[in-house]
Parts: sequence; structure tokens; C-alpha cells
Amino acid sequence: MQVNEFKPLIVAFCCNWCSYAGADLAGNNRLNYPADVKIIRVPCSCRVNPMFILRAFQRGADGVILCGCHPGDCHYTSGNYYTRRRMAALFSMLDFLGIEKERTRVEWVSAAEGAKFAATMNDFVEKVTALGPNKRLEDLRCKR
Amino acid sequence: MQTITRDQLLDKAVSLLADGTVTAVLGWSKGEFDYDVTPAVFKTEAELKENFVWNDFCGANFSKYLVAKMDRLEGKMLVFLKPCDTYSFNQLLTEHRFDREKVYAVGIPCEGMVDIAKVKAICGEGISSVDCGGDKLLVTTLYEEQPVEVATAEVLAERCVNCKSKKHVAYDELLGEEGEVIDSNRFDEVEKLEAMTPDERFAFWQNELSRCIRCNACRDACPACTCEKCVFDNPNSGVENKAPANSFEEKMFHIIRAYHVAGRCTDCGECSRVCPQNIPLHLLNRKFIKDMNEFYGEYQAGAEVGSRAPLVDYTTEDLEPGEVFDRRDTNA
Amino acid sequence: MQRVGVFVCWCGSNIAGTVDVQAVSEALKNEPGVVFSTNYQYMCSQAGQNMIIDAVKEHNLTGIVVCSCSPRMHEATFRKTAAAAGLNPYMVEIANIREQCSWVHKDMMTGTEKAIILGKAAVAKVNLNTPLTPGESPVTKRALVIGGGIAGIQTALDIADAGFEVDIVEKKPTIGGKMAQLDKTFPTLDCAACILTPKMVDVAQNEKIRIFSYSEVTDVKGFVGNFDVTIKKNARFVKEDICTGCGACVEKCPMKKVPNEFNLGMDNRSAIYIPFAQAVPKVATIDPNACNMLKNGKCGLCAKVCAAGAIDYTQKDEYIEEKYGAIVVATGFNPISMEKFDEFAYNQSKDVITSLEFERLTNAAGPTAGKLLRPSDHEHPHTIVFVQCVGSRCDSCAEKGKEYCSKICCMYTAKHAMLTRDKYPDTEVYVFYIDVRTPGKNFDEFYRRAVEEYGVKYVKGMVGKVTPEGKKLKVQASDLIANKQLHIDADLVVLAAAIEPDQTARPLATMLTASMDTNDFFTEAHPKLRPVESPTAGVFLSGACQGPKDIPETVSQAGAAASKVIGLLAKDKLTGNPCVASSNELMCNGCSSCERVCPYGAITYVDKEFRMPDRTTKVRRVASVNPAVCQGCGCCTVACPSGAMDLRGFANNQIMAEVDAICK
Repeated sequence: MQVNEFKPLIVAFCCNWCSYAGADLAGNNRLNYPADVKIIRVPCSCRVNPMFILRAFQRGADGVILCGCHPGDCHYTSGNYYTRRRMAALFSMLDFLGIEKERTRVEWVSAAEGAKFAATMNDFVEKVTALGPNKRLEDLRCKR
Repeated sequence: MQTITRDQLLDKAVSLLADGTVTAVLGWSKGEFDYDVTPAVFKTEAELKENFVWNDFCGANFSKYLVAKMDRLEGKMLVFLKPCDTYSFNQLLTEHRFDREKVYAVGIPCEGMVDIAKVKAICGEGISSVDCGGDKLLVTTLYEEQPVEVATAEVLAERCVNCKSKKHVAYDELLGEEGEVIDSNRFDEVEKLEAMTPDERFAFWQNELSRCIRCNACRDACPACTCEKCVFDNPNSGVENKAPANSFEEKMFHIIRAYHVAGRCTDCGECSRVCPQNIPLHLLNRKFIKDMNEFYGEYQAGAEVGSRAPLVDYTTEDLEPGEVFDRRDTNA
Repeated sequence: MQRVGVFVCWCGSNIAGTVDVQAVSEALKNEPGVVFSTNYQYMCSQAGQNMIIDAVKEHNLTGIVVCSCSPRMHEATFRKTAAAAGLNPYMVEIANIREQCSWVHKDMMTGTEKAIILGKAAVAKVNLNTPLTPGESPVTKRALVIGGGIAGIQTALDIADAGFEVDIVEKKPTIGGKMAQLDKTFPTLDCAACILTPKMVDVAQNEKIRIFSYSEVTDVKGFVGNFDVTIKKNARFVKEDICTGCGACVEKCPMKKVPNEFNLGMDNRSAIYIPFAQAVPKVATIDPNACNMLKNGKCGLCAKVCAAGAIDYTQKDEYIEEKYGAIVVATGFNPISMEKFDEFAYNQSKDVITSLEFERLTNAAGPTAGKLLRPSDHEHPHTIVFVQCVGSRCDSCAEKGKEYCSKICCMYTAKHAMLTRDKYPDTEVYVFYIDVRTPGKNFDEFYRRAVEEYGVKYVKGMVGKVTPEGKKLKVQASDLIANKQLHIDADLVVLAAAIEPDQTARPLATMLTASMDTNDFFTEAHPKLRPVESPTAGVFLSGACQGPKDIPETVSQAGAAASKVIGLLAKDKLTGNPCVASSNELMCNGCSSCERVCPYGAITYVDKEFRMPDRTTKVRRVASVNPAVCQGCGCCTVACPSGAMDLRGFANNQIMAEVDAICK
């Protein structure tokens, strides 16, 4: 293994009811995806405050992905609808500031979609790896 | 330049004080220089006559002061509201931030306010007096014998050049003529940035935001930033920060600030007016406004009391965050 | 500072196969707060749990991190373990190093590395955990059923059967609902009254059930287990407890020209009336819009003939306040108005009727005593055209009608057609349809009998226009299979009007903070797994208020709703989820953003007095979360600009700490 190979740091926020369970299912089915993905469990995708996402970038994350129940299937009926609006606005703003749009993503993954979870993570890691390290948002003080 | 005169406002304030309608007046007060007019509460006719000002530098939006200044006031407060101020006024009412019963709002027409930075760009530093009259300013500086004439139209603040409304959406009484909502070009600058490459945009904002000294003036003047305690002052919030330590801090601050006021920002432009570093902060807010107009339909915060802002609302058919970019890429 | 113990599970080789568990427990020893760290083959086993309990005692642990399988698997187990060790169960955090690490990564080095990071995040979080205690609230052991149709009746009977008190609120003078108006029921063709009225009597006689007829719910406060409901009993100008239902007043009432709503206006009733013979309660009601005595003080005949002295012209609307533990919505449906469907000439001809009107025409207690006679001239119709999907399955852009399928029309139309051919074999019966949908038990057999045994002419295609001409109705239609235009001279046209939720449903949903879809049908908590619960805790759904349903489906849903209510009322106390939102009043602006996004209506505002630093006081509006109603989604926390709103168990600083630990 090459020492200098870039391994991105990916933070994935997963809602407890669908996507976290979908990630568990990916595990049950032994579907591989890169270990670069670290999952944080939240009750609902609507729990994810834009501050968490910015904080992750600030501390050196190279990509942040939010996973929630499919629209219409939210355990709390409407949480992911708010997530959808909030993240549309936030991601568009990050893009406006010149941050690469591939570093942020929202994906709806149900508890039955283990394969989709793994495929999504593989794809996301691949895209972020291609971008290289997140220089634009990293807080230099927090560098590893 | 202003169609309404100081005397008219003064007369109104004095008579409302005299007949007991109000017990205090929120107005603009003389500063050290002609152009640094500050908001102040006047309680007597004498105070008003002494210090009350109305000229092309009375940009301050008073709506926000109603949240803080009325706690211990017996009786009503008279507040003068320019058209753009009335939107903030309504927005704060929507958020239950002050008691409408305790306010007597007088709508006043506004022909646009002057940006002193633009004046300085023409006349240089050392301005000792500015005489606002007609459609030009007479600027006296320490270094010139003769006052310099500057056309007011050339030094209007950006927000006034792109004024979105001369219509008052809230008042108890209106002085002067009512205007109309204007189909302004306020999003042009945002569009220009959107058309750039991400690298260019990053360079643009890096240049702008790196000047930020985290003085918090934008936050303190913003009528949407009326939080009892701001997250940036709260040690438990995880984002508390007093001074910018590096290039990311101010980005985080300004993104979060813009996000927190998204859907609530009336685009009054106070943030940019008060920024000592002349950072075009209003562009961040306008980006949110423009996006939400495009994604979820036209929405003007403060146009009516009680309206539901886009971020506390949804439809089942909203576009996906990823589609935001597809949309733009196909439009481009 | 917490004293954290870390317990790394091997899960046999499930974890230990790809994660160096020893390295993980060693690495986590150095994390802040960690005073003890170990690993073991099966942490969830009795031996493993004992290991945790012993460690808590030995090392005075205040927090526990278990690096093991998914928290969805064993979080509850380890919380119990913590409780057994004398710790608060919410001082446990799980690092998911099986499903989300060892099972998805093959390389030992990366697996171990990631497991350590996940462990660090869990330690960082548990350091900020606080003991949480679920709130408890008492349960009022009484249920309210709103709507007294078959759905409400069945729900009430089932709840009462379990020994709980139930009140039914019905806006009409009698319970019974739409089913009372039906003639026969598909697919068995038993008579609706024969199976419904005994149930109505059961309701009346059940001492656990109270009926508030001619009443409506005007206000709902409170939350699951503790609803405060205001019921408005409309004045019926008859003392309900005295009236014997003898009907003498009805007979003597001189005002006999009031359109009879029970027969859909196809005949008249008197100003004082009992909707139908089997009404429950069997009590007369005076229609204040028709009664001369009430309108201008002249008459008073009914009072004179009432032997019981039950008439009371001075009666006023009465407001009753009652407490309930659970509320069942059973507000049912109505056929949509045919006003906009000009092409079928519903407004021009009396002989164009809706299917519900057809039910009344064939009902022995109906306006024609069960003889199928044309409304216009009371002659026997020889050609009848049934039109299906009138207002159902319309384009979303259409100005009239509904997008959804009304579900019941195919079957009742088959029933109408079959019964007509059975009783009047000389009648020609056409049914125009888009599709025939018969997926219920014995439904398709029923439909095929109509076609094959009874010779009903089913035509695939829509009726384009109905034109009254003399005594006939000229029906212009297309036969899509034969690909030709049909012209039929009909005597009667029956429209299978789409059904829609009752118009009282929307304001009721607002009162209950229960959500609705765009068609005003109540939304269920989960479309598949929680079909009879509304997302608002303590509010349940029965019958067509949730979506179009036939009688068997309605009854089964009513029973299901009842069993959910019984399950709730059987509890003495409700234990809430302690991971709920709470607002820091010192920071709250009272701006209402959180309230607007809360799907449960858990947030209200109170004016609270605050002491200011300068010893003065200030009254501010602040948010207050009802922990019994909050379900803990956390949507409000993000809507809150000041960060005053936070979620217990998933607090801002906890998630932030996890982010930091992962990104370190």
C-alpha cells in the first residue's frame, strides 16, 4: 500500500429509522464500502443542523453525506421534507461560496436498501477521492 | 433629495408627544459628523429639536430597536419607518418579538440613502461636513478649499440603487406619498457570481470574507438577528468564537448567520451598510432569497404578518438537494 | 468529568475476525474520561453483562461505551445492564463496530482503525451524556369516538367490550351513518339495516357507552392519555331523557314540507322529526330552520301532543367538557357534489341520480317503499344506465373530481345492477366503466355473477353526455372495445359519485394536530405498519376518514383502532421517551419557528417573567415542549436560530463532539 495515497474522511449522518438500519443491512449482507465512511446516528435527518456539517468540514472532513428515509416515509412524517429544503438551501450556498458541490450530498436510503447504502457510499467516496483533500473549508488549526 | 423634510417629521413627533399618543420617539440623532447619524430614543421636544436628524444618511432600520428599547417604556413609542424598514417591522411581528400595541408607526417615504464609502471614494478622507440638499451633496473636506459637489444618484447605497419596494407594508399613519413595490435588479450581482466557476467564486469570497474582523456589526444591526443569545456567544453551541483565527472561521460565521436568517431576512441591507470592511454581506442573504424564490415560489419576508417562511414549510414535491445543481447546470 | 468504562465485544469472530479488539480496547484507554477498558468474547451474554456490572462497581463508572453490534440490536440490552448496575440507563453509548465496521471491511488494519474512531466518537458522546428519566403521565381511562357510523359504532363497541368507557360524538340526530341509508350490502347481499341496527341497539344499551348525538367536538386540548375535549350539544329542543320516541309530535307537526336529508331530499319530513324508525337515540329533534314555533313563536302543537312533556322550545346549545385518554376519528365520507358534472344532466333531470339516492330508492324504508320508480314520474324504469368513476380517478389538473379511486363504486354498482335485474328482469341494465376493480374476498365472483348470471351489460367506456328529452334520457357513450359510439335511451341514469372525507374532518384535524393528505383524508402514522394510528399520539383512525373503504374493511379497521385504544387505556401510566426536545427559556426568542415545524403540535408558548441583571423583570414569550407529546425527531432544534431548543440524548454538543472525534 502506498503511504501517500489520499484517503478521504467522510462523515455520514444517518437517521435511526431508515438509513442507519439500511447501513446495518449492508453489514448483514456483507456489502463492502470504504472504511473512510464514519456514520453518526441521529433520530431523523431533520436533526442535522447545518452547523454540524460545517463543523465536520472545519475539522477536516472531505465529504459529508446525509441519509434519511425516503420522502413520504419519514418516521416522524415530515422531518425529511424539512431536511430536503434545508439542505437544498445550504448546499446551494456552499456552492455559491465556491466549495465543490460533490463534497455534500443527501441520499434517501430505506431500511431495506442495504445495497443502495453500500453503492451510495462507494460512489460518494469515489467522487470525493477524485476531488482530493478538502482545502477550502478546513480549519488549519484542527489539522490532524 | 428626500421628499419629506426634517421639519415635517419633527412636527409630527412633537405633536404626537404633546397629545400623549406616544411617550418616546425612536429617531435618528446627530453624530460627530454629518454622515454618522445614530439611532436614539427622544423623550422631550427639546431633545428632538436639539438632536433629531433627517437627511440622506438616515439609513438605520429602527425595527430591531423595538425589541430591546420598549421594555420599560410607559406608553407608546413613535417609530419612523422607511418602506424597507416596514418589512423588518412585520417580520419581527411575525416572530412575536415586540408588542404592536406599544408602537405608533409612522411610515415615511425614502428616496434612497447615501453610502458614505462611495462619497469618500470620490472626495477622499477628511470630510468635515456634508450638506444634503436637492439632488447633490456639498462635501467639505479638510484638504479642499471649496466644497465638492457630488450627485446624490452616484453615491446611493447599493441597496437603494436596487430598492425592492417604496411601498410601506405596515404603519399607523403615513406621511407623504405611498410608493410601489419595485421590480428591481437586486439579484443581478448574485447571478454574476453564479455564472463564475467555483474557483472564481471561491477566490471572490476568500478576498471578501478574509477582510472580516468579526466585529459583529452585521449581526448587531441585522433586524433578523434578535436572538436573546446568539449561538456565536454561547459557549455550549460549539461554534462560539469571538475573533477570527483563520480563514474558515469567518466563513462559518457568515454562512451560519445567513442560514439562520434565511427565510426571515427581508433584504434590508443593514448588514452591508454597517460593515466597516465593506464586505457585500447582503449577497449571501440574497443568494438564499433568490434560491428559495426559485425553488419554492416567490416569498418576501415581512410582506405580511404571520406568513410561513420557506424553511419552516414544505411540499411533498419539493426538489431534491442534488437537483439544485442539475437545474443550474442545465440552465447554464 | 465522567468515569467511562469501555467494553469491546468480539462477537465471536464476527468482530474479532476483522477488528483487532485488543488494540481497540487499548487505544480507547487513552481517551478523555476513560478509566477502564476491556474486551470480551460475547458482551451481550450473561457473563459479559456481569463483567460490565462488576466494572461499574469496581471502578465507579458513570458512563459506559460498548463497542459491539448495532444499537438497534442490543442498545436496550445494555441499558438494562446499566440499570442493573445502578446507573442511569441513558448513560450507555454503543459504537457500532459490527454491522458498520467489521462486516463491511475486509482489511484488519482499516477495520481496527475505524473501530477505534467509532469508539472515540462514542466516548466523546458519553462524556456529555446526562442521566435521563422518562416522563410519566397518567391515562384517563375513557375513549372518545368522533363519528357514529359503522366505523365509530364498531370501535366503541370493541372498546366498551374490553371494559372501558367510551363516548360517541355524532353530529346527526342519530348514529348509524351512511350504512343506515344503504339497502343491501355486497358481496353477500344481506340487508344493511339487519346487520347494522342490532349494533346500534347494542351501543344504546351498553352501559359503558354514552352517545352525544346532534353534537360536535369544538375544542381539543392536551395530549395522549390526557385530552380535554369540549363537546357542543346542539339544542334539539326536545329533552332527550324524557322523549319516548313515540312519534306523536312528528305526526301532528303541521310543517311537513322539509326536504328529508335521510332520503337525500327525495321526499319530505316534518319540522320535528326522527330520522328513521330505528334511530338511536330514538328521540325527536326540532329543525330550528323549519319550525314555526322557533321561527316566529306560532304553533306549539308538538308540545301540546307530547304526553311526556319532552318539548322545550327554550333549550340552548350546551357545552360539555370531558377528559379522554384516547380519541378515535371516524368521521367517514360523503359522495362529492354533482354540481360541476353538467355533462350528466344531474341538475336538469330528476331521473339522473347518485348511487346513494339509488340505495334509498330501492330501500324498503325509502321514499318509494322499496319500489324502483323514477323520481320524476314514479314510473318503472326499463332502461337504466350506471356510470362509474364519476369524479374518481380524474387527472390532477382537472377542475373537478378527485385523483384517487373511490374503491367502493365498482362493487356497489355491480350490486345495484344485479339487484335490479333480479327484481325486474324486464329492465335493461348498462354499466359504463373505466376498469372494474374487484380485489376483495368474493368480490370478483360477485361481479362475474352480475355479468354472467344476471346479464348486466358492462361496457368499457365513459358516458360523454346525458341529455333529457321528453321522458327519456339520451345517453351518448363510447364503447372502447367495440370502438363505436353508443346511443341509449335510458329511463334512469345512476352516477357512481366519488367519495370524499366529511367536511368536518379538516377543522377536526387542526384541533387534534393530526395530519391530513391533500385530499383531506387523515394520514396514518405509517402507511404499512401503523395503519390505524395517526402520527399524533393518542389519536386513532377508523373507517373512511383515512381513505375510501367498504364495510368489511371499515369494520376490521375499526376493530384494529379499538385494540390500539384498549392497549393504551390498559396502561395506568404512560412512560415517555426521555429523548425529547426541550427549550432553554433563557435563550428562547419565542419566534414560533420550532412550533411551525413540529409534526406533533408538542410546542406551545407561555409568557414567562424573567429577572434581569438589573433586578427588573421582563415578560417574554418562550417555547415550552410537552414531553408526553414530543416524539424526539429534533426538527425544532434546527429551526431554532438561537439554539435554545435542544434534543435530549442527541444534544447539539453531543453530536458536535462525535463530529470532532471522527474528524480529529
